[in-house]
Amino acid sequence: MSAEASAHCIEHQLRELAPQVLGAVIRRFHDFAAAEDAVQEALIAAVMKWSQEGVPENPRGWLIQVASRRMLDDLRSNIARRRREKAVAQEGETLAPAPELDLELHTMDPDDTLILLFMCCHPALTTSSAIALTLRAVGGLTTGEIARAFLVPEATMAQRISRAKQSIKVSGVSFLMPTEKEQRERLPAVLHVLYLIFNEGYTSSSGQRVHRVELSSEAIRLTRNVYGLLPENTEVAGLLALMLLTDARREARTNAEGELIPLTKQDRALWNREEIREGIELLTGTLAKGAAGMYQLQAAIAAVHDEAARAEDTDWMQILALYEVLKRMSDNPMVTLNRAVAVAMVFGPERGLDLLKTLDRDARIAEHYRLDAVRAHFLEMLGDKEGAIRHYRRAAERTTSTPEQNYLIAQAARLREVN
Amino acid sequence: MKYMLMMNTMKAGQGVPAWPKKDLQAHVAFMMKFVKQLQESGELVAAEGLAFPDQAKVVRAGKDGLPITDGVFPESKEFLAGYWIVDVDSPERAYALAAQASAAPGIGGEPLNMPIEVRAVMSCPPPEML
Repeated sequence: MSAEASAHCIEHQLRELAPQVLGAVIRRFHDFAAAEDAVQEALIAAVMKWSQEGVPENPRGWLIQVASRRMLDDLRSNIARRRREKAVAQEGETLAPAPELDLELHTMDPDDTLILLFMCCHPALTTSSAIALTLRAVGGLTTGEIARAFLVPEATMAQRISRAKQSIKVSGVSFLMPTEKEQRERLPAVLHVLYLIFNEGYTSSSGQRVHRVELSSEAIRLTRNVYGLLPENTEVAGLLALMLLTDARREARTNAEGELIPLTKQDRALWNREEIREGIELLTGTLAKGAAGMYQLQAAIAAVHDEAARAEDTDWMQILALYEVLKRMSDNPMVTLNRAVAVAMVFGPERGLDLLKTLDRDARIAEHYRLDAVRAHFLEMLGDKEGAIRHYRRAAERTTSTPEQNYLIAQAARLREVN
Repeated sequence: MKYMLMMNTMKAGQGVPAWPKKDLQAHVAFMMKFVKQLQESGELVAAEGLAFPDQAKVVRAGKDGLPITDGVFPESKEFLAGYWIVDVDSPERAYALAAQASAAPGIGGEPLNMPIEVRAVMSCPPPEML
């Protein structure tokens, strides 16, 4: 194995172990914030040590031991400090005995990952701090890696994480599995955070962002772990399927210059067959289990696209039917926008334009660039070149995404040049 | 999502404002505290104050590619005095921070209520949300 491959292997192993080790250390010391810091230090120590001396026989035990020692050192120095402070007042106080360092290496609770996820995605946290804390405490990423992934200074990310831990402390959650009722209520927040991590990675995988940690692979890995723990939950399976069926198109989504390529123009030979197969298998498994949720439906739509050998083979009728179901479940104008695309593909662009008119009155989306982009596309289908150019340009003015803007400007330029 | 908050309050030729020392100190202390607050909330990406516009130059490349500088500006021209780049959860949060900066104390400790321009920083594509 090359040095690089073995470093990668160690990193992968550490990320898998991170939540298990953290769970064990929290159980022993009952302090989430301090345990999280100690585990982070143990992970960093392991990268150095293992790459030189090889992975120890019991890697999990090694990490627990290093993190526990770190916790004990902190405890001892705190006690010593307090003792110094009190020395004058209370002479003769003895140093409190340190907790036993007898490691129960065999006890390991796979549910720890789930308990940690529920903690990190606690409603007391803002979305961005829940994302950061999840990646560190459950994903085992370093603060530096997370900071680079989100393009903010490391000090800022460190502060965001420490405040998140503070909020958890204040909210008084203990390291226990939430009751079934609480789980039902809070699982959507956990899935949403995983979904956002995936999107952050997926949408930024183009061009200049080569130094970003693979957030989408990380999200898939974490969701896979949750699926392993809650295999009967259809929305967990649905989310994992959605990620896989979307990630499958990653290679085809941008060209060598980092330009976006729309679904209809992608080279489908580049799609990842294995991810598509797994996504569809997961999705099929959920169908027998009753009512479909948002992630399952989105995954089903992604699957219809992925199953079409050519863009013109896409079963738009089925996609439209799935959007009809989604629309009944959620009052999200983005659903209506996407449904309009399906309507246009099935019944023609005029019908699509009619549907867009209802969105012009919806303040949540009326000024969103995607409304202009879709309208431009319909106008182009109708042969209204000037109208299409106008809306492509307006969409380009409204987006805050560089690759998207470049794509939209190029669409307007393409229409102008074809004369 | 990242936003740049810009303080476009400097005019050419005005020089240092003739504030009482106490008011100037209060203003500087406010600005330092604001940056510290952004640091502690985990929202600060970058912040800089810029030198006075008296030494500012506008540079263009000539036909030979060499710089041609221009340093004479109409008195009405506004200059960037400083900026903050923040990473926040919503545009509303960026507006709230801008309002906070806008109310920095001026003469007699009165809020300046200066205009702060809030601009989204271009980023990667937004999620293909449904």
